[in-house]
Amino acid sequence: MLALFFRDIRLGIRAGGGALTGVLFFLAVIATIPFGVGPDLNLLSRIGPAILWIGALLASLLGLDRLFQADREDGSLDLLILAEGRHMLAFTVFVKCLAHWTASVLPLVVAAPFLGLFMNMKPAGIGAAALTLLVGTPAITFIGAVGAAVTVVLPRGGLLISVLVLPLVIPVLIFGVSASYAAVAEPDPFLPPFLILAALTLFLAVIGPVAAALALRYAAD
Amino acid sequence: MRWFGANSFATPTAGVVVAHIKSFLEEFQRDKTQFCCDAKLLRRIALDDGESMRLIAENLSGERGGEAVFAGVGFDLAAGESLTVTGPNGAGKSTLLRVIAGLLPTAAGNVRLDGGGEEWPTVAASSHYLGHQNAMKTALSVAENLRFWQDFAGQPQLGVGEALEMVGLGGLDHLPYGYLSTGQRRRAAIAKLLVSYRPIWLLDEPTAGLDKASEAQFSALMRVHLEDGGIVIAATHLPLGLEGAKTLEMGGSPSPMPC
Repeated sequence: MLALFFRDIRLGIRAGGGALTGVLFFLAVIATIPFGVGPDLNLLSRIGPAILWIGALLASLLGLDRLFQADREDGSLDLLILAEGRHMLAFTVFVKCLAHWTASVLPLVVAAPFLGLFMNMKPAGIGAAALTLLVGTPAITFIGAVGAAVTVVLPRGGLLISVLVLPLVIPVLIFGVSASYAAVAEPDPFLPPFLILAALTLFLAVIGPVAAALALRYAAD
Repeated sequence: MRWFGANSFATPTAGVVVAHIKSFLEEFQRDKTQFCCDAKLLRRIALDDGESMRLIAENLSGERGGEAVFAGVGFDLAAGESLTVTGPNGAGKSTLLRVIAGLLPTAAGNVRLDGGGEEWPTVAASSHYLGHQNAMKTALSVAENLRFWQDFAGQPQLGVGEALEMVGLGGLDHLPYGYLSTGQRRRAAIAKLLVSYRPIWLLDEPTAGLDKASEAQFSALMRVHLEDGGIVIAATHLPLGLEGAKTLEMGGSPSPMPC
């Protein structure tokens, strides 16, 4: 299983893996916002956490279509499914999600504090946004895996995945942003939304891979 | 052993090929006995005890997209036996292999593995499946690909370097898989069968893209696997050079098949 994790990370980082695409997209979104909104620093710092979250959410949806499709195209997916007796398919999917998150989404979390500076965010707000992204983005990957598994047979499934997945990740977005706001807006408590965010991630870490494994099992043809 | 490396594409005469296969087989046997002293020996003892691993399919039907592709297929293979599945395009050879592997549901009938014991509980768990695609990543090197499949599949048999020597790709392990030619890619995928042990090999057009010498080499590998108590089912248009192989002719119309 560790072998699968490292293989997927290596594939993501190497040429054509597309791990950098997400970061570049994230950078492009955040860098254009101040130009669009105008030089109102208060406004920027107020919408900062939300923009960071929306940018990270969209960027992490970008690479999802290749999560299983690349394996399906070269026949690896058949062998991953055949190995079910040795490695439960849901666990295989879970490991693939973790590897995808590490290679493509973790760079977004690392980049978020720097991009937070673009948005004139306070240090506490930047820290809270990065922390909530760290805890919340795995949930996006786990839901996305379900979408990727359902659309694995479609050659251009990327957009469809986003459409399928977006309604389901709205709760993650809501609690992520409200926790980030709570860190800077005084009366709001930080911990409750943050804990709900963590709970969402844990919940989806179980449901997502199981559902994706089911979808993959029946998508085999 | 490097008699058929990357650079020697001269066409050897039949006699030379036979001599090569002989020396190759001897060397293979020697390597194997050296290398697999513990795990393999144990497995062999277990096989000798049980002696009766059988892959049995009864009245098997398969369908694709709700349409029956074949029906009433049956066979009974004991350890050391092979089955060659032939037939025109669209006769359902690939579908049959995928049904046997468990990648497609059976429309009727069943496939089972008898006498596999605890180590080989199901057909899927005891099979290597070599499909049309090679299941190798072009961005990774040949060795990285093979090492991954060895780790993932478990039951390591040959080392990566040795397996590549067996298929005549010794010394190419550091190259990205994408740099290999079609035939070399196929050979690297065949090396995948050797890095971890499975008693059943399900091969879909295994020699597609291989030259004559590689075909002969691959037949030798299959024979060694069979001698070792393995089972081979191969869908093919070309003779695979397996003596005593049972054949299953898949026709356009479903018909009951003798074993």
